[in-house]
Amino acid sequence: MGETSGGPAGKKPTLADELARLEEIVRRLEADDLDLDGALALFEQGVACLRSARERLAAAEVRVRTVLEDANGTLRLGELDG
Amino acid sequence: MTLPLPLSSALAGDEVLSVRDLTASLKRVVGGSYSPLWVRGEVLQCRAHTSGHWYFVLRDSAAQVRCTMWRTYAERAGRPPADGTEVFALGRPDVYESKGELQFIVTRMLPTSMVGDQQRALERVKEALERDGLFDQARKRRLPLYPLRVAVVTSTDGAALSDIITVARGRWPAAELWVIASRVQGDGATTDLVAALKRVNRLDVQLCIVGRGGGGREDLGAFNDEAVCRALAAVRVPTVSAVGHETDVTLADLVADLRAATPSAAAELALPDVRAVRRLVGDLGARLAGGLSRRTRLASERLERTGDRLEAAMETAVARRRETADRLGAKLDALSPLRVLERGYAVPRDAGGRVLRRRADFPAGAPFTLRVVDGDVAARSE
Repeated sequence: MGETSGGPAGKKPTLADELARLEEIVRRLEADDLDLDGALALFEQGVACLRSARERLAAAEVRVRTVLEDANGTLRLGELDG
Repeated sequence: MTLPLPLSSALAGDEVLSVRDLTASLKRVVGGSYSPLWVRGEVLQCRAHTSGHWYFVLRDSAAQVRCTMWRTYAERAGRPPADGTEVFALGRPDVYESKGELQFIVTRMLPTSMVGDQQRALERVKEALERDGLFDQARKRRLPLYPLRVAVVTSTDGAALSDIITVARGRWPAAELWVIASRVQGDGATTDLVAALKRVNRLDVQLCIVGRGGGGREDLGAFNDEAVCRALAAVRVPTVSAVGHETDVTLADLVADLRAATPSAAAELALPDVRAVRRLVGDLGARLAGGLSRRTRLASERLERTGDRLEAAMETAVARRRETADRLGAKLDALSPLRVLERGYAVPRDAGGRVLRRRADFPAGAPFTLRVVDGDVAARSE
């Protein structure tokens, strides 16, 4: 059981955002107009994106949950049997 | 009286069927020859048996056929129609072996008048939605590339949900499916669907699949409902409809950002293949590492080049300074008094070493010394 976040989505970057950022970092790193400090900083950011993306992809099994609404109108998540 | 010969010879050569064989064979032929089909006719003598099955006759001005509607289907059809009601009946022909009767096994039955009303209502809704631009291609959104949280609006006991889960397991195990249970047909389906679609907007999801498994056309009613369509159009994230009907397109299909023929197809269209995504991430990782090492190599090469240039610059500077020093040394040398004496000049000085510059410094007979290049010479003015 867990409380769902009630607010709009998109506060945390999506996987697509992260992969797009990673791609941009790689492109900039492959371009020539970058000093070493800049390259190192970019590389670190890239590693962070990469790690986060890998973690997100690591899930071994689809998680199925049901959305339930309790008496005062709060949405909750429950596990679905089977 | 003996039997006529032709029959006896026939008996000798041909197989003789029992009645059971005959009706069984007819049943195979008839039963195997038709897919479900719609028949239009007038209902007569519709009796609901205590078992729950309905028996009736369907006829028009030229012919009639006995019909059976099994309990499961009869329950959904409401009340037995009155004699003379004109209906569309969906079913397939069959042979009732024990009576040797041809019959039509009906699975759905709709009064033609109702279909007319439904059709008109559908057209009205369609026009209204069209007028409000809900079918416009321009408002179709692209599906997210890697949806990690997917809202699934469907019934929890239909095949649709398990089909979607199965596909998700195979393609995109990173996904979380958030199921919002809703009736998808019959009473309450419309209300449920509207409420479920509104809930989607309160959830942190990236995509919404709404659908149900296959079914008869009249069961699609909720997906042609105006309120459902408007609620679907108001869903904040991209939507995929999966109404499970290859041929009938519902209004909800037209409103959704993407229409899939079945729930499985919806999941396949909406979810990426995790193997491809892992490959992409792996490639990006390799390029990231490659990019950095190339960058550091370039930097060290540049450093080397800079060092070489620095050295060269130092050498030039030193050489230039050495030249200047030489030049200044030469100048200094030229100004040295010894050099002047070397050229033949001499410096007169008195006994005290004072340099004598003017005529007045030489009174007659006064002794003085002359400094020449290699020493002093005693002298006296006249």
